[in-house]
Amino acid sequence: MMENIIAKKSPAAARVNGNSKIAEKPEKGKRLEVLKTYKIYIGGKFPRTESGRYYVAANSAGEKLANMCLSSRKDFREAVVAARTAFGDWGSRHALNRGQILYRMAEMLEGRKMQFIEELLKQDASRKLAENEANLSIDRLIYYAGWCDKFQQIFSSVNPVACSHFNFSAPEPTGVVSVIAPQNNSLIGLVSVIAPVIAGGNTCIALASYSKPLCAITFAEVLNSSDVPGGTVNILTGNPDELLPYFSNHMDVNAVVYCEKDPAGRKVIHENAALNLKRTVFYEDTNWNSKEVQSPYRIMDTQEIKTTWHPIENIGGAKAGY
Amino acid sequence: MATKRDNTLKLKFDSARKLSPAPESRSSATIRPRYDLFINGKFEPSSGKKYFDTINPATGEKLSEAAEANAADVDKAVKAARNAYEKCWKKMPAKERGKYVFRIARMVQERAREFAIVETMDGGKPIRESRDFDIPTAANHFFYYAGWADKLEYAFPNRTAKSLGVAGQIIPWNFPLLMASWKIAPALATGNTVVLKPAETTPLTAMLLAEVIQEADLPPGVVNIITGGGSTGAALVNHPDINKIAFTGSTEVGKIIQRAIAGTSKKITLELGGKAPNIIFDDAPIDQAVEGVVNGIFFNQGHVCCAGSRLYVQESVMNDVVRKLRDRIETLIVGDPMDKNTDIGAINSKQQLDKINKYIKIGLGEGYDMYQSSCVLPDRGFFLRPTIFTNVAQSSRIAQEEIFGPVLTIQSFRTDEEAIEKANNNPYGLSAGVWTDKGSKIFNMTAKLRAGVVWANTFNKFDPASPFGGYKESGYGREGGLHGLQPYVTF
Amino acid sequence: MPETIIIPDFSLSPRIDQVGIEERADRITKRSIKKESKVSLLKLGLSMIDLTTLEGKDSEGKVKQLCYKAKHLLDSYPSLPTVAAVCVYPSMVKTAKQSLGSSGVKVASVATAFPSGQTSLDIKLEDVRFAVEQGADEVDMVLSRGKFLAGDYNYVFDEIAAVKEVCGEARLKVILETGELVTFDKVRRASDIAMYAGADFIKTSTGKVSPAANLPVTLVMLLAIRDFYYKTGRMVGMKPAGGISKAKLALHYLMMLNEILGGDWMNNHWFRFGASSLANDLLMQLMKEKTGIYQGKDYFPID
Repeated sequence: MMENIIAKKSPAAARVNGNSKIAEKPEKGKRLEVLKTYKIYIGGKFPRTESGRYYVAANSAGEKLANMCLSSRKDFREAVVAARTAFGDWGSRHALNRGQILYRMAEMLEGRKMQFIEELLKQDASRKLAENEANLSIDRLIYYAGWCDKFQQIFSSVNPVACSHFNFSAPEPTGVVSVIAPQNNSLIGLVSVIAPVIAGGNTCIALASYSKPLCAITFAEVLNSSDVPGGTVNILTGNPDELLPYFSNHMDVNAVVYCEKDPAGRKVIHENAALNLKRTVFYEDTNWNSKEVQSPYRIMDTQEIKTTWHPIENIGGAKAGY
Repeated sequence: MATKRDNTLKLKFDSARKLSPAPESRSSATIRPRYDLFINGKFEPSSGKKYFDTINPATGEKLSEAAEANAADVDKAVKAARNAYEKCWKKMPAKERGKYVFRIARMVQERAREFAIVETMDGGKPIRESRDFDIPTAANHFFYYAGWADKLEYAFPNRTAKSLGVAGQIIPWNFPLLMASWKIAPALATGNTVVLKPAETTPLTAMLLAEVIQEADLPPGVVNIITGGGSTGAALVNHPDINKIAFTGSTEVGKIIQRAIAGTSKKITLELGGKAPNIIFDDAPIDQAVEGVVNGIFFNQGHVCCAGSRLYVQESVMNDVVRKLRDRIETLIVGDPMDKNTDIGAINSKQQLDKINKYIKIGLGEGYDMYQSSCVLPDRGFFLRPTIFTNVAQSSRIAQEEIFGPVLTIQSFRTDEEAIEKANNNPYGLSAGVWTDKGSKIFNMTAKLRAGVVWANTFNKFDPASPFGGYKESGYGREGGLHGLQPYVTF
Repeated sequence: MPETIIIPDFSLSPRIDQVGIEERADRITKRSIKKESKVSLLKLGLSMIDLTTLEGKDSEGKVKQLCYKAKHLLDSYPSLPTVAAVCVYPSMVKTAKQSLGSSGVKVASVATAFPSGQTSLDIKLEDVRFAVEQGADEVDMVLSRGKFLAGDYNYVFDEIAAVKEVCGEARLKVILETGELVTFDKVRRASDIAMYAGADFIKTSTGKVSPAANLPVTLVMLLAIRDFYYKTGRMVGMKPAGGISKAKLALHYLMMLNEILGGDWMNNHWFRFGASSLANDLLMQLMKEKTGIYQGKDYFPID
């Protein structure tokens, strides 16, 4: 299905992604640099947007960095299908396995750290800040990798009910989560919001920072090489104002995460979420480098509490009887 | 030959239903002709001087009338709650706060009989249920949360919980006092003050609770109880000085409330509708499963958001289950809610009775086999026979929509996978039931059913220590237990 | 036409959830029995009693007294029924039979090495034969609990079938001794074996083992009877025995019977109480209903 869309759109896609526009002419005797094509990430594959649309990502000096997919509502729709399908697998994996996969993501990120640093540099970061952001992103994945098989223990309870029943409550993933990543940075914000969502067993569709989109797609490549089942994390690039309504009104999405303080955006999300009573998660943070933004409570933001009852047979013992 | 006989045999249960009347005495409770609003520790009429009738659904007669709070009354109540919050409740040592809640618990227990009688007369539920379930469970809920007041630092590791401020709480008519306790108890224990609106058709026990609260010497304004209909509720939801909305009721209204508060900083929890699947496997303890089905759908006339209204039976035991179910339904006593032997009382209102009958008509129109108890209904009031539909299609409206009455739909399934798939194939996710003697199957099922409460080999069990609340369109947030504290705090 | 009954695999008898059974039984105790319902059920209860004496020290004189009581429950209260039967050891059957004469009160005899059942099949059959020859209308045998708990269901089944054959016209009650079976699953399985092997009644207890009858275990057995009836078309009676001495409790049993098996079972052909002191409490309650005055024990002769 996805291949068909791509094939149909290929002439247009080829045109908008004409890398030659970006490349400078090589100096004599020097090798021509191969430029990277940034695509979107849906269901473990890297299609271009079905819409054939693109936008130019540039740095603050106005220098063009890349043509990015301007994802459409249909791309989002495809991503939700992929995320829903993947939820059956990812959501029922053993917590230990999820932790190891998050750790593997960190390993892969570490291995490609230089590439992220370079992308961050291109997107206006100083070397020091870029290195710091890349390192923090790796460490944040490790942090949540460790939580995968622990937060349930912190937030579960055995409830002492006043009858002959065993009763316990434990968190379960809420399902498919749409995430509008923090717009003010390229990598650490995205990692900080995706990690707790998937650590808890949800699958997600994340929309990258519009102005600093490069790292998001490179991060998708990290995901793709780190044992995360396809569809668990889907990453789109595009315009948040355009996509916000779809991220919040889709009837097969269970929760939406939003990281801007913009009251209009929040209102739209809250109103749309009422359609199927999506859980809405709003984060107030601006400094995504801060340790304050990582917490097992963030995992709980996209969890449901399930309470299970079962009778306890009471035979013999002190309460002699049947 | 044995099989043929199997299908023609019939047990006779007339005698089990025909018992001499055993009415609860009304003299243990006084219902006043009129109830005013409870604001800032005092009872006062609404500024609009308007009252609405509350009727006894078992007779259709007017029982009393309650003040209809308008926007000005709501404002007054919210101001009283704000004032009490800032000047008193917020600053009070937590253990003292807890002691007030303990005191309420005890006083509800002391006046339990009175509460039970009023609950039954106002709402139509059998006195057996209000006496043995609603009132004691409500008292226990206060008792449970009272003890949390000075222990909140243990509830949220590595965080410091703070109260939110003024909570606006709107509750339904199916468990009037119990729902009031579910709302008020955790709010007070965590240091919030409250404006509570009971349902229009069942205001009386909430006003009795207001008397208890007054008698308990709770500082004025900490709990305000205002009666009224939808417009009163809307005024409460939209009041700008409310920090938290807690609503239990229909999904339809829950969605309206969420839209209404969109763009504000109000915190919200919603406990909404349900269409719970109840799944019986062929290795289940069948008789206990049938009893669980009966408790699941006929408890409180089926006016239960977590009612087990969709029964899925493994094909090989379908006939057995249906016959046992029919036998059990024949023994249910339908009638005067004040009779101690009544199993199924009055439908809460004419409007609700009409709604249920509409669904029964749909079921009949779609040609499903319907079975109703052969009992005789009282000739006045709002009553309905316990009803089951068999061979219902998953796509039928009666199997998809919440009926909120004593109407059960039955479908068969063959494999575990089919059961899970059909059970989850619904917008709601409040509760679910599963019956099997096999432990490993129970854990597979309970893990895969997308519902906030899963009862295995039991159904419709509640406890103050047990969190309750839904997935999907059944709402969000939990009430009860440790997890019921979270909606009332911030960090 | 002879009946065709397929004997099931008893290891597959339905499983029972203990908590569910207790909740259901408890709910039945919430029934409030008043006025006419109460009077008619108290009288029905009296008519269902197997007035019992099963002591080593039983004598002919004691049995004669018991039989007199069985026929004349309370002469000051006219139109009372008699009890259903007197229940004695085989050696007392003849005395009881003579004492009861044409009153219609049946004689039930325990047999098969009551109460433990720990002897050979031959001796058990001889025990039964003796009781029947002496004139017993009903035989209360004990289930071989040792064999049952060892899983030898065929032995248990065959033994009951053999006893049934020796009983001839006498109705056979099989005592499961539920206090020794312990779990409801086993009570259900034993009930099934007894009924398929030919029991006319299933009975909870000998009265010699604690716990004896209670409401939950009776519920398990009534449900077994219902399933058996639906499977085979054969009605089987129920007899809770031991520990039922209060009228209020007897009413709970009757309400349970009413709600599980229905009107066809609401008579002493299909339901019995194995009890001795219950009769007086039922009489006291009847008298209270009649006079409106609470009664004292000294006004009701014991036997």
